[in-house]
Amino acid sequence: MATTAPESTAALNRIALTIRRRTIETSARARIPHLGSCLSCVELLTTLYWQELRIDPQEPEAPNRDRFVLSKGHGAPVLFQVLAERGFFEIERLAEFGKPGSVFHEHPPKPGYIPGVEAATGSLGHGLPMAIGMAIAQRIQGIDSRCYALLSDGECNEGSIWEAAMLAAGQHVHNLTAIVDYNKWQATDRSQEVMALEPLAAKWEAFGWYAQEIDGHDLAAIGQALAAARTETSKPSVIVAHTIKGKGVSFMEDDNNWHYRTPNPDELAAALAELQEVQL
Amino acid sequence: MKELVQESSDVCLLSGDIGNRMFDRYKEVAPTRFLNCGIAEANMMSMAAGMALSGLRPVVYTITPFTTTRCLEQIRTGVAYHEAPVVIVGTGSGLSYAELGATHHSLEDLAILRSIPNLQVCAPADSLELEAQLRQAITEGQPTYIRIGKKGEPDLLAEHAPLGIGKANLLKQGNKILLLGIGPILSEALQASTLLEQKGIQLAIASMGSIKPLDHQFLHQCVTAGYSHWISLEEHHQTGGLGSALLEWLSEQQINTIEIKRMGIGDHFVHQLGDQNYVRESEGLNASAIANLVQSL
Repeated sequence: MATTAPESTAALNRIALTIRRRTIETSARARIPHLGSCLSCVELLTTLYWQELRIDPQEPEAPNRDRFVLSKGHGAPVLFQVLAERGFFEIERLAEFGKPGSVFHEHPPKPGYIPGVEAATGSLGHGLPMAIGMAIAQRIQGIDSRCYALLSDGECNEGSIWEAAMLAAGQHVHNLTAIVDYNKWQATDRSQEVMALEPLAAKWEAFGWYAQEIDGHDLAAIGQALAAARTETSKPSVIVAHTIKGKGVSFMEDDNNWHYRTPNPDELAAALAELQEVQL
Repeated sequence: MKELVQESSDVCLLSGDIGNRMFDRYKEVAPTRFLNCGIAEANMMSMAAGMALSGLRPVVYTITPFTTTRCLEQIRTGVAYHEAPVVIVGTGSGLSYAELGATHHSLEDLAILRSIPNLQVCAPADSLELEAQLRQAITEGQPTYIRIGKKGEPDLLAEHAPLGIGKANLLKQGNKILLLGIGPILSEALQASTLLEQKGIQLAIASMGSIKPLDHQFLHQCVTAGYSHWISLEEHHQTGGLGSALLEWLSEQQINTIEIKRMGIGDHFVHQLGDQNYVRESEGLNASAIANLVQSL
Protein backbone atom coordinates (compact mmCIF):
# COMPACT_ATOMS: atom_id res chain seq x y z
CA MET A 1 0.00 0.00 0.00
CA ALA A 2 1.33 3.37 -0.99
CA THR A 3 2.08 5.66 1.87
CA THR A 4 1.06 9.25 1.53
CA ALA A 5 4.01 11.44 0.55
CA PRO A 6 4.96 13.64 3.50
CA GLU A 7 3.84 17.19 2.89
CA SER A 8 5.45 20.31 4.26
CA THR A 9 3.45 22.39 6.69
CA ALA A 10 3.24 25.16 4.09
CA ALA A 11 1.87 22.74 1.53
CA LEU A 12 -0.67 21.36 4.00
CA ASN A 13 -1.75 24.92 4.85
CA ARG A 14 -2.27 25.63 1.19
CA ILE A 15 -4.42 22.51 0.80
CA ALA A 16 -6.43 23.38 3.92
CA LEU A 17 -7.10 26.84 2.51
CA THR A 18 -8.32 25.39 -0.78
CA ILE A 19 -10.58 22.90 1.01
CA ARG A 20 -11.99 25.64 3.23
CA ARG A 21 -12.76 27.94 0.28
CA ARG A 22 -14.40 25.20 -1.77
CA THR A 23 -16.50 24.00 1.17
CA ILE A 24 -17.85 27.52 1.72
CA GLU A 25 -18.49 28.04 -1.99
CA THR A 26 -20.41 24.78 -2.22
CA SER A 27 -22.42 25.57 0.88
CA ALA A 28 -23.45 28.89 -0.67
CA ARG A 29 -24.16 27.53 -4.14
CA ALA A 30 -25.94 24.28 -3.19
CA ARG A 31 -27.46 25.52 0.10
CA ILE A 32 -25.67 22.80 2.09
CA PRO A 33 -25.73 23.35 5.89
CA HIS A 34 -23.34 22.23 8.66
CA LEU A 35 -20.75 24.69 7.43
CA GLY A 36 -19.45 25.49 10.93
CA SER A 37 -18.99 21.76 11.64
CA CYS A 38 -17.11 21.33 8.35
CA LEU A 39 -14.74 24.24 8.93
CA SER A 40 -13.71 23.01 12.37
CA CYS A 41 -12.17 19.80 11.03
CA VAL A 42 -10.34 21.00 7.91
CA GLU A 43 -6.85 20.71 9.42
CA LEU A 44 -7.66 17.31 10.90
CA LEU A 45 -8.80 15.92 7.55
CA THR A 46 -5.95 17.54 5.65
CA THR A 47 -3.34 15.98 7.93
CA LEU A 48 -5.05 12.61 7.79
CA TYR A 49 -5.40 12.48 4.01
CA TRP A 50 -2.09 14.05 2.99
CA GLN A 51 0.19 12.83 5.75
CA GLU A 52 -1.20 9.97 7.83
CA LEU A 53 -3.44 7.53 5.99
CA ARG A 54 -1.89 4.72 3.97
CA ILE A 55 -4.25 4.97 1.03
CA ASP A 56 -4.05 4.93 -2.73
CA PRO A 57 -6.75 6.93 -4.51
CA GLN A 58 -6.12 4.80 -7.61
CA GLU A 59 -6.93 1.68 -5.61
CA PRO A 60 -9.58 2.83 -3.14
CA GLU A 61 -10.71 -0.69 -2.22
CA ALA A 62 -7.28 -2.24 -1.62
CA PRO A 63 -7.76 -4.78 1.20
CA ASN A 64 -4.74 -3.55 3.14
CA ARG A 65 -5.66 0.16 3.08
CA ASP A 66 -6.10 2.22 6.21
CA ARG A 67 -9.74 3.04 6.75
CA PHE A 68 -11.19 6.40 7.69
CA VAL A 69 -14.79 6.67 8.91
CA LEU A 70 -16.38 10.09 9.20
CA SER A 71 -18.41 9.27 12.29
CA LYS A 72 -19.64 12.89 12.37
CA GLY A 73 -21.39 12.28 9.07
CA HIS A 74 -22.69 15.83 8.80
CA GLY A 75 -19.12 16.78 7.93
CA ALA A 76 -19.63 15.10 4.54
CA PRO A 77 -19.42 18.37 2.54
CA VAL A 78 -15.81 18.87 3.61
CA LEU A 79 -14.96 15.17 3.25
CA PHE A 80 -16.19 15.22 -0.35
CA GLN A 81 -13.89 18.17 -1.09
CA VAL A 82 -10.97 16.35 0.53
CA LEU A 83 -11.58 13.15 -1.44
CA ALA A 84 -11.78 15.07 -4.70
CA GLU A 85 -8.65 17.07 -4.01
CA ARG A 86 -6.80 13.93 -2.93
CA GLY A 87 -7.65 12.33 -6.26
CA PHE A 88 -10.32 9.76 -5.43
CA PHE A 89 -12.51 11.23 -8.16
CA GLU A 90 -12.52 14.14 -10.57
CA ILE A 91 -13.28 17.48 -8.94
CA GLU A 92 -15.77 18.14 -11.75
CA ARG A 93 -18.09 15.56 -10.17
CA LEU A 94 -18.75 18.02 -7.36
CA ALA A 95 -20.59 20.26 -9.81
CA GLU A 96 -23.60 18.01 -9.13
CA PHE A 97 -23.35 18.67 -5.36
CA GLY A 98 -26.83 19.24 -3.93
CA LYS A 99 -28.64 18.71 -7.21
CA PRO A 100 -31.65 16.38 -7.40
CA GLY A 101 -30.55 12.80 -8.00
CA SER A 102 -26.96 13.36 -6.93
CA VAL A 103 -25.19 11.23 -4.29
CA PHE A 104 -23.42 14.38 -3.10
CA HIS A 105 -25.75 15.77 -0.48
CA GLU A 106 -25.56 16.26 3.27
CA HIS A 107 -24.22 12.88 4.46
CA PRO A 108 -22.00 10.15 3.00
CA PRO A 109 -23.85 7.33 1.23
CA LYS A 110 -22.88 3.69 1.63
CA PRO A 111 -19.66 2.57 -0.10
CA GLY A 112 -19.83 2.05 -3.83
CA TYR A 113 -21.12 5.47 -4.87
CA ILE A 114 -18.28 7.81 -3.95
CA PRO A 115 -14.73 6.39 -4.08
CA GLY A 116 -13.03 6.71 -0.70
CA VAL A 117 -16.20 6.71 1.40
CA GLU A 118 -15.94 3.76 3.78
CA ALA A 119 -19.32 3.95 5.52
CA ALA A 120 -22.65 5.72 5.43
CA THR A 121 -22.82 7.92 8.48
CA GLY A 122 -24.99 10.73 9.73
CA SER A 123 -26.76 8.69 12.33
CA LEU A 124 -24.49 9.75 15.15
CA GLY A 125 -22.80 7.20 17.37
CA HIS A 126 -22.64 4.75 14.53
CA GLY A 127 -19.31 5.33 12.78
CA LEU A 128 -16.95 4.67 15.68
CA PRO A 129 -18.38 1.18 16.33
CA MET A 130 -18.15 0.43 12.60
CA ALA A 131 -14.51 1.54 12.58
CA ILE A 132 -13.81 -0.71 15.57
CA GLY A 133 -15.37 -3.61 13.67
CA MET A 134 -13.06 -2.82 10.74
CA ALA A 135 -10.04 -2.67 13.05
CA ILE A 136 -10.92 -6.02 14.64
CA ALA A 137 -11.40 -7.47 11.15
CA GLN A 138 -7.88 -6.32 10.21
CA ARG A 139 -6.55 -8.08 13.30
CA ILE A 140 -8.42 -11.31 12.49
CA GLN A 141 -7.26 -11.17 8.87
CA GLY A 142 -3.66 -10.45 9.85
CA ILE A 143 -3.61 -7.16 7.94
CA ASP A 144 -1.20 -4.55 9.26
CA SER A 145 -3.44 -1.52 8.76
CA ARG A 146 -5.10 1.06 10.92
CA CYS A 147 -8.61 2.47 11.32
CA TYR A 148 -9.52 6.07 12.04
CA ALA A 149 -12.80 7.67 13.07
CA LEU A 150 -13.58 11.37 13.34
CA LEU A 151 -16.24 12.18 15.94
CA SER A 152 -17.96 15.36 16.97
CA ASP A 153 -18.29 16.41 20.59
CA GLY A 154 -22.09 16.41 20.27
CA GLU A 155 -21.83 12.84 19.02
CA CYS A 156 -20.33 11.88 22.38
CA ASN A 157 -23.88 12.28 23.74
CA GLU A 158 -24.67 8.91 22.17
CA GLY A 159 -24.48 5.88 24.45
CA SER A 160 -23.14 3.73 21.64
CA ILE A 161 -19.92 5.80 21.63
CA TRP A 162 -19.23 4.75 25.20
CA GLU A 163 -20.28 1.15 24.53
CA ALA A 164 -17.72 1.22 21.73
CA ALA A 165 -15.13 2.87 23.95
CA MET A 166 -15.37 0.09 26.53
CA LEU A 167 -15.37 -2.68 23.94
CA ALA A 168 -12.30 -1.32 22.12
CA ALA A 169 -10.37 -1.02 25.37
CA GLY A 170 -11.51 -4.45 26.55
CA GLN A 171 -10.37 -6.00 23.29
CA HIS A 172 -7.12 -3.98 23.18
CA VAL A 173 -7.91 -2.62 19.72
CA HIS A 174 -4.70 -0.63 19.38
CA ASN A 175 -4.82 -0.28 15.60
CA LEU A 176 -7.48 2.38 16.02
CA THR A 177 -7.31 6.16 16.37
CA ALA A 178 -10.42 8.15 17.18
CA ILE A 179 -10.35 11.93 16.92
CA VAL A 180 -12.91 14.16 18.58
CA ASP A 181 -13.45 17.44 16.74
CA TYR A 182 -14.13 19.29 19.97
CA ASN A 183 -15.62 22.56 18.71
CA LYS A 184 -17.68 23.04 21.90
CA TRP A 185 -21.02 23.25 20.12
CA GLN A 186 -23.74 20.84 19.10
CA ALA A 187 -26.77 21.62 16.95
CA THR A 188 -28.60 23.88 19.33
CA ASP A 189 -26.40 24.56 22.33
CA ARG A 190 -22.98 24.46 23.97
CA SER A 191 -22.02 20.81 24.22
CA GLN A 192 -20.84 21.16 27.80
CA GLU A 193 -24.20 22.66 28.80
CA VAL A 194 -26.32 19.94 27.15
CA MET A 195 -24.45 17.07 28.74
CA ALA A 196 -21.48 17.19 31.06
CA LEU A 197 -18.74 16.23 28.61
CA GLU A 198 -15.87 17.51 30.67
CA PRO A 199 -13.35 16.29 31.52
CA LEU A 200 -13.51 14.76 28.05
CA ALA A 201 -9.94 13.52 27.62
CA ALA A 202 -9.94 12.13 31.16
CA LYS A 203 -13.19 10.31 30.39
CA TRP A 204 -11.57 8.51 27.48
CA GLU A 205 -8.58 7.74 29.64
CA ALA A 206 -10.84 6.34 32.33
CA PHE A 207 -12.45 4.17 29.66
CA GLY A 208 -9.05 2.62 28.96
CA TRP A 209 -7.82 4.70 26.01
CA TYR A 210 -4.54 6.45 25.33
CA ALA A 211 -5.77 10.04 25.21
CA GLN A 212 -3.99 13.10 23.86
CA GLU A 213 -5.26 16.66 23.88
CA ILE A 214 -4.16 19.08 21.16
CA ASP A 215 -5.02 22.24 19.24
CA GLY A 216 -7.00 20.79 16.33
CA HIS A 217 -5.93 23.58 13.96
CA ASP A 218 -2.19 23.14 14.57
CA LEU A 219 -0.97 20.95 11.72
CA ALA A 220 2.27 20.00 13.43
CA ALA A 221 0.49 19.05 16.65
CA ILE A 222 -2.02 16.94 14.71
CA GLY A 223 0.75 15.11 12.89
CA GLN A 224 2.67 14.45 16.09
CA ALA A 225 -0.41 13.16 17.92
CA LEU A 226 -1.32 10.83 15.07
CA ALA A 227 2.24 9.50 15.03
CA ALA A 228 2.26 9.01 18.81
CA ALA A 229 -1.04 7.11 18.59
CA ARG A 230 0.55 4.70 16.13
CA THR A 231 3.23 3.78 18.67
CA GLU A 232 0.69 2.67 21.28
CA THR A 233 0.60 -1.12 21.25
CA SER A 234 -1.95 -2.06 23.87
CA LYS A 235 -4.76 0.50 23.90
CA PRO A 236 -6.98 2.28 21.41
CA SER A 237 -6.04 5.92 20.96
CA VAL A 238 -8.10 9.07 21.03
CA ILE A 239 -7.07 12.60 20.14
CA VAL A 240 -9.25 15.24 21.71
CA ALA A 241 -8.73 18.07 19.25
CA HIS A 242 -9.77 21.50 20.50
CA THR A 243 -11.23 23.33 17.54
CA ILE A 244 -13.31 26.37 16.67
CA LYS A 245 -16.61 25.92 14.93
CA GLY A 246 -16.59 27.98 11.74
CA LYS A 247 -12.79 28.27 11.89
CA GLY A 248 -11.20 30.56 9.29
CA VAL A 249 -13.97 33.11 8.78
CA SER A 250 -14.17 35.79 11.45
CA PHE A 251 -17.93 36.19 11.39
CA MET A 252 -18.55 32.43 11.43
CA GLU A 253 -16.09 31.49 14.17
CA ASP A 254 -17.83 30.23 17.33
CA ASP A 255 -21.23 31.42 16.03
CA ASN A 256 -23.51 28.41 16.14
CA ASN A 257 -25.97 29.90 13.67
CA TRP A 258 -23.61 28.48 11.04
CA HIS A 259 -24.65 24.99 12.03
CA TYR A 260 -27.69 25.41 9.81
CA ARG A 261 -27.18 28.69 7.90
CA THR A 262 -25.66 28.91 4.46
CA PRO A 263 -23.90 32.05 3.19
CA ASN A 264 -25.73 34.63 1.06
CA PRO A 265 -23.74 36.23 -1.81
CA ASP A 266 -22.37 39.06 0.36
CA GLU A 267 -21.32 36.67 3.10
CA LEU A 268 -19.70 34.38 0.56
CA ALA A 269 -17.69 37.24 -0.89
CA ALA A 270 -16.63 38.41 2.56
CA ALA A 271 -15.62 34.91 3.62
CA LEU A 272 -13.56 34.31 0.49
CA ALA A 273 -11.90 37.70 0.85
CA GLU A 274 -10.78 36.77 4.36
CA LEU A 275 -9.45 33.45 3.21
CA GLN A 276 -7.42 35.11 0.44
CA GLU A 277 -5.71 37.29 3.02
CA VAL A 278 -4.01 34.31 4.63
CA GLN A 279 -0.26 34.64 4.11
CA LEU A 280 1.29 31.30 3.31
CA MET B 1 -21.46 -23.00 14.09
CA LYS B 2 -18.41 -25.13 14.85
CA GLU B 3 -18.64 -26.73 11.40
CA LEU B 4 -19.24 -23.40 9.69
CA VAL B 5 -16.28 -21.75 11.34
CA GLN B 6 -14.08 -24.69 10.35
CA GLU B 7 -15.25 -24.47 6.77
CA SER B 8 -14.64 -20.76 6.37
CA SER B 9 -11.96 -18.52 7.84
CA ASP B 10 -14.32 -15.54 7.42
CA VAL B 11 -17.00 -16.67 9.86
CA CYS B 12 -17.00 -14.89 13.23
CA LEU B 13 -19.35 -15.10 16.18
CA LEU B 14 -20.38 -12.07 18.23
CA SER B 15 -22.29 -12.75 21.41
CA GLY B 16 -24.04 -10.24 23.64
CA ASP B 17 -22.85 -11.82 26.88
CA ILE B 18 -25.01 -14.89 26.44
CA GLY B 19 -24.50 -18.59 25.69
CA ASN B 20 -22.51 -19.57 28.76
CA ARG B 21 -20.48 -22.69 27.80
CA MET B 22 -22.60 -23.12 24.66
CA PHE B 23 -19.80 -21.89 22.40
CA ASP B 24 -16.93 -23.74 24.08
CA ARG B 25 -16.42 -26.11 21.14
CA TYR B 26 -16.53 -23.16 18.73
CA LYS B 27 -13.97 -21.27 20.80
CA GLU B 28 -11.63 -24.27 20.74
CA VAL B 29 -11.61 -24.14 16.95
CA ALA B 30 -11.50 -20.39 16.40
CA PRO B 31 -10.74 -18.47 19.58
CA THR B 32 -9.85 -15.26 17.76
CA ARG B 33 -13.13 -15.30 15.87
CA PHE B 34 -15.33 -15.27 18.95
CA LEU B 35 -16.08 -11.95 20.61
CA ASN B 36 -18.15 -11.49 23.72
CA CYS B 37 -19.32 -7.95 22.99
CA GLY B 38 -20.89 -7.46 26.39
CA ILE B 39 -24.32 -6.09 27.13
CA ALA B 40 -24.00 -3.40 24.49
CA GLU B 41 -26.03 -4.43 21.47
CA ALA B 42 -25.92 -1.15 19.56
CA ASN B 43 -22.14 -1.26 19.43
CA MET B 44 -22.15 -4.99 18.68
CA MET B 45 -24.41 -4.57 15.66
CA SER B 46 -22.46 -1.65 14.17
CA MET B 47 -19.20 -3.50 14.79
CA ALA B 48 -20.58 -6.52 12.97
CA ALA B 49 -21.41 -4.26 10.03
CA GLY B 50 -17.84 -2.91 10.04
CA MET B 51 -16.40 -6.43 10.16
CA ALA B 52 -18.66 -7.53 7.32
CA LEU B 53 -17.62 -4.56 5.16
CA SER B 54 -14.04 -5.70 5.70
CA GLY B 55 -14.72 -9.14 4.26
CA LEU B 56 -15.75 -11.19 7.30
CA ARG B 57 -19.05 -13.03 7.85
CA PRO B 58 -20.13 -12.18 11.40
CA VAL B 59 -23.00 -13.93 13.14
CA VAL B 60 -24.52 -11.83 15.93
CA TYR B 61 -26.22 -13.76 18.70
CA THR B 62 -28.27 -12.73 21.71
CA ILE B 63 -31.82 -12.79 23.09
CA THR B 64 -34.31 -11.65 20.46
CA PRO B 65 -35.53 -8.27 21.76
CA PHE B 66 -31.95 -7.19 22.37
CA THR B 67 -30.67 -8.19 18.96
CA THR B 68 -33.63 -6.61 17.16
CA THR B 69 -35.60 -3.71 18.60
CA ARG B 70 -32.85 -2.68 21.03
CA CYS B 71 -30.50 -1.94 18.15
CA LEU B 72 -32.94 -1.39 15.31
CA GLU B 73 -31.16 1.71 14.02
CA GLN B 74 -27.88 -0.18 13.83
CA ILE B 75 -29.58 -3.01 11.91
CA ARG B 76 -31.27 -0.62 9.51
CA THR B 77 -28.33 1.64 8.78
CA GLY B 78 -25.27 -0.50 9.52
CA VAL B 79 -26.39 -3.90 8.27
CA ALA B 80 -29.28 -3.47 5.86
CA TYR B 81 -28.44 -0.18 4.11
CA HIS B 82 -24.81 -1.21 3.68
CA GLU B 83 -25.89 -4.69 2.51
CA ALA B 84 -23.33 -5.94 4.99
CA PRO B 85 -23.28 -9.76 5.12
CA VAL B 86 -24.26 -10.04 8.77
CA VAL B 87 -26.43 -12.85 10.14
CA ILE B 88 -28.48 -11.69 13.11
CA VAL B 89 -29.71 -14.53 15.29
CA GLY B 90 -32.37 -13.90 17.91
CA THR B 91 -32.71 -16.69 20.44
CA GLY B 92 -35.64 -17.27 22.78
CA SER B 93 -37.99 -15.61 20.33
CA GLY B 94 -41.74 -15.21 20.66
CA LEU B 95 -42.82 -16.53 24.05
CA SER B 96 -39.88 -18.92 24.53
CA TYR B 97 -38.90 -17.01 27.64
CA ALA B 98 -42.49 -16.37 28.69
CA GLU B 99 -41.72 -16.40 32.41
CA LEU B 100 -39.11 -13.65 32.00
CA GLY B 101 -41.79 -11.10 31.30
CA ALA B 102 -42.65 -8.62 28.59
CA THR B 103 -39.07 -7.31 28.44
CA HIS B 104 -37.97 -10.70 27.10
CA HIS B 105 -40.91 -11.44 24.80
CA SER B 106 -40.45 -10.70 21.11
CA LEU B 107 -43.78 -10.32 19.38
CA GLU B 108 -43.00 -7.40 17.06
CA ASP B 109 -39.68 -8.36 15.47
CA LEU B 110 -41.03 -9.96 12.29
CA ALA B 111 -43.27 -6.99 11.55
CA ILE B 112 -40.55 -4.44 12.13
CA LEU B 113 -37.68 -6.20 10.41
CA ARG B 114 -39.57 -7.27 7.31
CA SER B 115 -40.17 -3.61 6.52
CA ILE B 116 -36.41 -3.02 6.16
CA PRO B 117 -35.03 -3.31 2.61
CA ASN B 118 -32.21 -5.80 1.85
CA LEU B 119 -32.90 -7.87 4.98
CA GLN B 120 -34.05 -11.50 4.81
CA VAL B 121 -36.33 -12.50 7.69
CA CYS B 122 -36.43 -16.16 8.71
CA ALA B 123 -38.18 -18.15 11.44
CA PRO B 124 -37.12 -21.79 11.17
CA ALA B 125 -39.47 -24.38 12.63
CA ASP B 126 -36.73 -26.70 13.83
CA SER B 127 -32.99 -27.32 13.92
CA LEU B 128 -32.92 -28.76 10.39
CA GLU B 129 -34.45 -25.64 8.90
CA LEU B 130 -32.22 -23.44 11.06
CA GLU B 131 -29.04 -25.17 9.93
CA ALA B 132 -29.99 -24.89 6.27
CA GLN B 133 -30.90 -21.22 6.58
CA LEU B 134 -27.82 -20.30 8.60
CA ARG B 135 -25.52 -22.04 6.13
CA GLN B 136 -27.23 -20.37 3.17
CA ALA B 137 -27.18 -16.92 4.76
CA ILE B 138 -23.46 -17.16 5.48
CA THR B 139 -22.60 -18.62 2.08
CA GLU B 140 -24.64 -16.17 0.04
CA GLY B 141 -23.69 -13.18 2.13
CA GLN B 142 -27.01 -11.39 2.26
CA PRO B 143 -28.07 -9.59 5.46
CA THR B 144 -30.32 -12.04 7.27
CA TYR B 145 -32.31 -12.17 10.48
CA ILE B 146 -33.01 -15.63 11.91
CA ARG B 147 -35.43 -15.90 14.82
CA ILE B 148 -35.13 -19.11 16.79
CA GLY B 149 -36.81 -20.65 19.84
CA LYS B 150 -35.08 -22.34 22.74
CA LYS B 151 -33.21 -25.56 23.39
CA GLY B 152 -34.95 -28.92 23.29
CA GLU B 153 -37.62 -28.23 20.69
CA PRO B 154 -38.60 -31.18 18.45
CA ASP B 155 -37.60 -31.54 14.82
CA LEU B 156 -40.72 -31.19 12.68
CA LEU B 157 -39.46 -31.36 9.14
CA ALA B 158 -38.49 -34.44 7.19
CA GLU B 159 -34.75 -34.85 6.71
CA HIS B 160 -35.09 -34.93 2.93
CA ALA B 161 -37.22 -31.76 2.81
CA PRO B 162 -35.97 -29.02 0.46
CA LEU B 163 -34.78 -26.64 3.12
CA GLY B 164 -33.46 -23.11 2.77
CA ILE B 165 -34.41 -19.45 2.86
CA GLY B 166 -37.62 -18.79 0.95
CA LYS B 167 -38.56 -22.47 0.79
CA ALA B 168 -41.86 -23.58 2.31
CA ASN B 169 -42.54 -27.21 3.19
CA LEU B 170 -45.79 -29.08 3.50
CA LEU B 171 -45.73 -31.02 6.78
CA LYS B 172 -49.16 -32.62 6.46
CA GLN B 173 -51.60 -33.16 3.62
CA GLY B 174 -55.21 -32.18 4.15
CA ASN B 175 -58.31 -30.90 2.49
CA LYS B 176 -60.14 -27.57 2.48
CA ILE B 177 -58.23 -25.98 5.38
CA LEU B 178 -54.54 -25.11 5.26
CA LEU B 179 -52.49 -23.84 8.18
CA LEU B 180 -49.43 -21.83 7.19
CA GLY B 181 -47.11 -21.38 10.15
CA ILE B 182 -43.70 -20.07 10.96
CA GLY B 183 -41.32 -21.06 13.75
CA PRO B 184 -41.35 -23.73 16.46
CA ILE B 185 -45.02 -23.06 17.29
CA LEU B 186 -45.81 -25.35 14.36
CA SER B 187 -45.53 -28.19 16.90
CA GLU B 188 -48.87 -26.94 18.29
CA ALA B 189 -50.38 -27.20 14.83
CA LEU B 190 -49.20 -30.80 14.49
CA GLN B 191 -50.76 -31.64 17.85
CA ALA B 192 -53.96 -29.93 16.73
CA SER B 193 -54.03 -32.07 13.59
CA THR B 194 -53.93 -35.20 15.77
CA LEU B 195 -56.92 -33.93 17.75
CA LEU B 196 -58.75 -33.11 14.53
CA GLU B 197 -58.04 -36.45 12.91
CA GLN B 198 -59.96 -38.09 15.74
CA LYS B 199 -62.93 -36.07 14.51
CA GLY B 200 -62.35 -36.92 10.89
CA ILE B 201 -60.85 -33.56 9.88
CA GLN B 202 -57.64 -33.50 7.84
CA LEU B 203 -55.77 -30.21 8.42
CA ALA B 204 -53.02 -29.39 5.95
CA ILE B 205 -49.95 -27.80 7.57
CA ALA B 206 -47.02 -25.99 6.03
CA SER B 207 -43.90 -24.39 7.44
CA MET B 208 -43.17 -21.16 5.59
CA GLY B 209 -39.61 -21.01 7.00
CA SER B 210 -39.08 -17.39 6.07
CA ILE B 211 -41.37 -14.41 5.81
CA LYS B 212 -39.04 -12.49 3.51
CA PRO B 213 -38.62 -13.82 0.95
CA LEU B 214 -42.03 -15.47 1.01
CA ASP B 215 -42.28 -18.66 -1.07
CA HIS B 216 -44.60 -17.33 -3.79
CA GLN B 217 -44.37 -20.47 -5.87
CA PHE B 218 -45.56 -22.56 -2.94
CA LEU B 219 -48.43 -20.17 -2.24
CA HIS B 220 -49.56 -20.40 -5.87
CA GLN B 221 -49.56 -24.18 -5.52
CA CYS B 222 -51.73 -23.84 -2.39
CA VAL B 223 -54.19 -21.69 -4.32
CA THR B 224 -54.29 -24.21 -7.16
CA ALA B 225 -54.76 -27.07 -4.69
CA GLY B 226 -58.07 -25.49 -3.74
CA TYR B 227 -57.73 -24.79 -0.03
CA SER B 228 -60.59 -22.43 0.70
CA HIS B 229 -59.49 -21.41 4.19
CA TRP B 230 -55.98 -20.43 5.25
CA ILE B 231 -54.92 -20.04 8.86
CA SER B 232 -51.72 -18.21 9.65
CA LEU B 233 -49.94 -19.24 12.84
CA GLU B 234 -47.08 -17.36 14.47
CA GLU B 235 -45.79 -16.67 17.97
CA HIS B 236 -45.93 -12.97 17.23
CA HIS B 237 -48.47 -10.16 17.25
CA GLN B 238 -51.16 -10.52 14.61
CA THR B 239 -50.07 -7.11 13.35
CA GLY B 240 -47.50 -7.12 10.61
CA GLY B 241 -46.25 -10.70 10.76
CA LEU B 242 -46.85 -13.75 8.59
CA GLY B 243 -50.64 -13.32 8.54
CA SER B 244 -50.26 -9.77 7.29
CA ALA B 245 -47.73 -10.88 4.68
CA LEU B 246 -50.16 -13.51 3.38
CA LEU B 247 -53.01 -10.97 3.20
CA GLU B 248 -50.74 -8.60 1.28
CA TRP B 249 -49.78 -11.37 -1.12
CA LEU B 250 -53.38 -12.42 -1.77
CA SER B 251 -54.32 -8.79 -2.32
CA GLU B 252 -51.46 -8.23 -4.75
CA GLN B 253 -52.41 -11.39 -6.61
CA GLN B 254 -56.06 -10.25 -6.64
CA ILE B 255 -57.17 -13.55 -5.15
CA ASN B 256 -60.40 -13.11 -3.22
CA THR B 257 -61.61 -16.68 -3.01
CA ILE B 258 -59.63 -17.57 0.07
CA GLU B 259 -60.62 -16.69 3.61
CA ILE B 260 -57.76 -16.02 6.02
CA LYS B 261 -57.77 -16.30 9.80
CA ARG B 262 -54.74 -14.97 11.60
CA MET B 263 -53.60 -16.71 14.78
CA GLY B 264 -51.16 -14.70 16.86
CA ILE B 265 -51.02 -12.52 19.92
CA GLY B 266 -53.46 -9.60 20.03
CA ASP B 267 -52.48 -5.98 20.29
CA HIS B 268 -51.34 -6.05 23.91
CA PHE B 269 -48.33 -6.85 26.07
CA VAL B 270 -48.42 -10.11 28.00
CA HIS B 271 -47.83 -9.67 31.72
CA GLN B 272 -49.84 -12.50 33.29
CA LEU B 273 -47.01 -14.95 33.19
CA GLY B 274 -46.30 -18.65 33.35
CA ASP B 275 -44.25 -20.99 31.23
CA GLN B 276 -44.50 -20.97 27.45
CA ASN B 277 -47.28 -23.56 27.41
CA TYR B 278 -49.31 -21.59 29.95
CA VAL B 279 -49.07 -18.35 27.97
CA ARG B 280 -49.78 -20.07 24.66
CA GLU B 281 -52.94 -21.42 26.25
CA SER B 282 -53.97 -18.15 27.90
CA GLU B 283 -53.39 -16.27 24.66
CA GLY B 284 -55.33 -18.80 22.58
CA LEU B 285 -52.31 -19.97 20.67
CA ASN B 286 -52.03 -23.68 21.49
CA ALA B 287 -53.17 -26.96 19.91
CA SER B 288 -56.69 -26.90 21.33
CA ALA B 289 -57.22 -23.29 20.26
CA ILE B 290 -56.10 -24.20 16.74
CA ALA B 291 -58.39 -27.25 16.70
CA ASN B 292 -61.32 -25.14 17.91
CA LEU B 293 -60.75 -22.56 15.20
CA VAL B 294 -60.53 -25.22 12.49
CA GLN B 295 -63.79 -26.80 13.65
CA SER B 296 -65.54 -23.45 13.58
CA LEU B 297 -64.74 -22.91 9.90
